[in-house]
Amino acid sequence: MRGRETIIGIALMALLLVVPAVASQAGEPFYVTLATRIAILALAATGLNIALGLGGLVSFGHAAFFGVGGYVAGILAAHAMSMEPILLGIPGTKQMLVIWLVALAAGGLLALAIGAISLRTTGVYFIMITLAFAQMVYYFAVSWPAYGGEDGLPILLRNQFPGVNTLKPLPFFLICYVLLAAGLAFFALLRGSRFGAALQASRQNDTRLAAVGIAPYRVRLAAFVISGAITALAGALFADLNRFVSPSMLSWQMSGELIVLIILGGVGRLSGPVVGAIVYVVLEYVLGGITERWQLFLGLVLLVVVLFARGGLIGLVAGRARHG
Amino acid sequence: MLLEVERLEASYGASQALFGVDLAVSEGEVVALMGRNGMGKTTTIRAVCNLTPPHGGAVRFAGEPLRGMAAHRVARLGIGLVPEGRRCFPNLTVAENLVAAARPGKWDFAAVTALFPRLAERRGQMANTLSGGEQQMLAIGRALMTNPRLLILDEATEGLAPVIRHDIWAAIRNLKQGGESILIVDKTLPELLPVADRCTVLENGRTVWTGRPAELGTDIQNRYLGV
Repeated sequence: MRGRETIIGIALMALLLVVPAVASQAGEPFYVTLATRIAILALAATGLNIALGLGGLVSFGHAAFFGVGGYVAGILAAHAMSMEPILLGIPGTKQMLVIWLVALAAGGLLALAIGAISLRTTGVYFIMITLAFAQMVYYFAVSWPAYGGEDGLPILLRNQFPGVNTLKPLPFFLICYVLLAAGLAFFALLRGSRFGAALQASRQNDTRLAAVGIAPYRVRLAAFVISGAITALAGALFADLNRFVSPSMLSWQMSGELIVLIILGGVGRLSGPVVGAIVYVVLEYVLGGITERWQLFLGLVLLVVVLFARGGLIGLVAGRARHG
Repeated sequence: MLLEVERLEASYGASQALFGVDLAVSEGEVVALMGRNGMGKTTTIRAVCNLTPPHGGAVRFAGEPLRGMAAHRVARLGIGLVPEGRRCFPNLTVAENLVAAARPGKWDFAAVTALFPRLAERRGQMANTLSGGEQQMLAIGRALMTNPRLLILDEATEGLAPVIRHDIWAAIRNLKQGGESILIVDKTLPELLPVADRCTVLENGRTVWTGRPAELGTDIQNRYLGV
């Protein structure tokens, strides 16, 4: 069953690579942008999948990390354009590599702060407290006029990557694609590691974990930090894709969207976020072209998946999760 | 002395379960903790591991007082607990159950599977698909993987088929021969007494008798261990 999932995962990743390449050749850059959106959302959801899928931590506040990553890209780019230092003479930058590192660090630090408090609770309280923190970040962004407040912050020119023309859709897609692949590889490595085993065990029973000398809180906190950092990295890419960052990236709807992606695809499954992102974005595009109320149909799909395919779509085609 | 327990008192909420347990295990010794149901054997073990933090008395492990220490730190000091009821991590495979607990030392995957060859056969299988006996072997293996200085076995053979019990007792005798220090709770006296170097008997949350198995006469058995 795992073999089948691997094949499907590889096939989907190949498809995600071929479609934009063909579309680009055919002079249809819109489909490249669509594929880029899929790759970025899949990366964000892969980050969340570490906390939610492996650790069983239903974070309803991952938009905070996604949005902070976006604002890192926006703010650094804005300062680079205006040549004004951000703080204490630190200049802005247009270099993606630097922006990514800052986004990873900012997402990780924010997750450390939020996680340190939230992880003292469990169940529905954890869901609510992560939501509350994300809403705090959201309202902070809305009420902070220096970086656009409610109107958001445009990135006039997409940030740069050495040796790549990021202004063209296909090269930028490839950057996002490579990062998604790296994110998935990291997820697979993590899941197979000793830390991953402990994290998945922590979903079961704290006492048992403590009895073998593992502190559940620390394992969860480490997972939450890694999770937040990866989602923030995706946020930085998302800002560059749209060349715009606004508080909507921080909204609770965004958190919900990421959770929906994972549930659609398959919780805790390596290819779950990829499947979820493809289905979500394609539905959004196809149904969104027919009716403005496309989310009604998304809701129906989600309902069917939750009722009849508990392992998500990947569980439906590749068998139930090995890790129950 | 490896483990010293003095006048241990512990409660579950308002109801006190332990009123003064004295217990000691020295290096390389196998100590049997005995007593009828509800006399405080499991509570004593939970209190030693700080899973149910005691509110009176003292527990020292290798000279270090355990009072107020988090449960996972107690485990890291070297107390390997095999809890009652074969508690594995059901959503992990056999290999993952073992690897998650691993700490450096002589007990590694190879050593554990040499003790329990069935675990090697089932290494990729989910723990919740194992038989009861295999889950118990996995629980013992997992505790050994932490390379404990003291292994605590709580009812390790309860509710298992006779042939599996036989295997588990063989493994316990193996561990004793290998010089492991073990604190063991079990109800099958014919198997337990030959393995034990010393016995401690509990009655109503107190230690009422300690001595060598040979000294455990029928009067004490009838008074404290009879059904």
